[in-house]
Amino acid sequence: MARRLTLSGNDAAAEAMRQIDPDVVTCFPITPQTELMHKFAEFVADGEVKAEMVLVESEHSAMSAAVGAASAGARVMTATAANGLALMWEIVYIAASNRLPIVMPVVNRALSGPINIHCDHSDTMGCRDTGWIQLYSENAQEVYDNVLQAIRIAENPDVLLPVMVTFDGFIISHTVEVLDALEDKDARGWIGDYKSTYSLLNTDEPATFGPLDLQDYYFEHKRQQIEGMNNATAVIKSVGEAYGKLSGRAYGMTENYKTDDADYVVIALGSTCGTAKVVVDEMRAEGKRVGLLKLRSFRPFPHAEIVAGLASAKAVAVLDRSVSFGAPGGPVHKEILAALNGTGHTTSIVNYLYGLGGRDISTTHIRTVFEELETVAGKSIPADEVRFIGLRG
Amino acid sequence: MREKSWREIPIGGMIEDAGNADTYETGSWRTYRPIWDAEKCIHCLACWIACPDSAIQLKDGKMVGIDYSHCKGCGICAFECPDKIAALEMKLETEVND
Repeated sequence: MARRLTLSGNDAAAEAMRQIDPDVVTCFPITPQTELMHKFAEFVADGEVKAEMVLVESEHSAMSAAVGAASAGARVMTATAANGLALMWEIVYIAASNRLPIVMPVVNRALSGPINIHCDHSDTMGCRDTGWIQLYSENAQEVYDNVLQAIRIAENPDVLLPVMVTFDGFIISHTVEVLDALEDKDARGWIGDYKSTYSLLNTDEPATFGPLDLQDYYFEHKRQQIEGMNNATAVIKSVGEAYGKLSGRAYGMTENYKTDDADYVVIALGSTCGTAKVVVDEMRAEGKRVGLLKLRSFRPFPHAEIVAGLASAKAVAVLDRSVSFGAPGGPVHKEILAALNGTGHTTSIVNYLYGLGGRDISTTHIRTVFEELETVAGKSIPADEVRFIGLRG
Repeated sequence: MREKSWREIPIGGMIEDAGNADTYETGSWRTYRPIWDAEKCIHCLACWIACPDSAIQLKDGKMVGIDYSHCKGCGICAFECPDKIAALEMKLETEVND
């Protein structure tokens, strides 16, 4: 039986964390993640979880403590946003390199400066090469579902990599929505127990953690990380299917929404996908063959699903909510071009930059994008051509 | 020693054999070599406490020599040796006859 709840995105993440009840949660508050940890701290104070909450003096310490606890064999979670993620950067790499299955909700927020507390994807897109798996969430329901799945994905022996579950600051984190949650016993059964391969505390089998690794073996360890990330694709799919059987909500690498016969497709991630679905439904009712390709997993990147989702597309708009300064287009756009390279696709692909610093994107904006796609179909679009949504000219 | 492939080694840089630093000889890194004068030494073991590479060799609670296959030549032992005793002296490797 599902429990129907009304929660903000932050509270939905905290609710999943309550059910997971990690051994250790490290915490440093930052807007717009703060309420998530407020809620979890409440669960700790009320005795609803057994988790040991470690309050630290910075995000660098939050991730360092997470790495230490995970090395000791604990199931560990933390959460952050924007500048907090930037401050933990050094240790974010180490968590992945040491193959520690830490799960971290990241509430997407623009990186300073100028200082801004609202949503864009510059924080998590900036660390797309840290070796973490990245799952983007469309709404509070997906935040909850993704956090529960992230534990199973991270701890899979073929993967053993940390996972970021991202969701848009304020738009999702502070908006109260209706969602269905698992019963506690079902959630606990789903999560299961975690037994780490190594433990700093296991004095019967002492080992060396995080040693110096020079020209002779560092490259081999990076190759192993590549393998773990490659393996993650199949694991994300199988976990998503299994979660579907448990909850009625199955997940894949992408959600290909009405793309099967679509002439025009918008590619996006995060909360904008919800807005785009409304436009797709409206335009489908008008007889237009339009669709949305939602990227759920950005790391690993869903090449196969993208190629399949764009099979019938004459023109495609890639919506980027962060800038890759000096590059031809945003991070998502570049990877879409790379995914299609060599596949024979001749689709016209246009890059749109939108929503920086929380600038709103409306159904009208997305409708305009679809209308522009009708005019570019069949044309060759230079890779460095970027269009702007909602920017004053 | 044959270097192993990425398929053969533990992930995450883990080293499963405890005490493996013993097999990793770092003595060749040395620029300066500590030279020990057994006649002057009072066996206070200040060098043994301070050595970061456990390269001061003891027997029955007394200093007996230096493990040059692990000593990196940092000079901490000579610094810590009491000034009045000065039983440890740092010399350039190029000026020491083996």
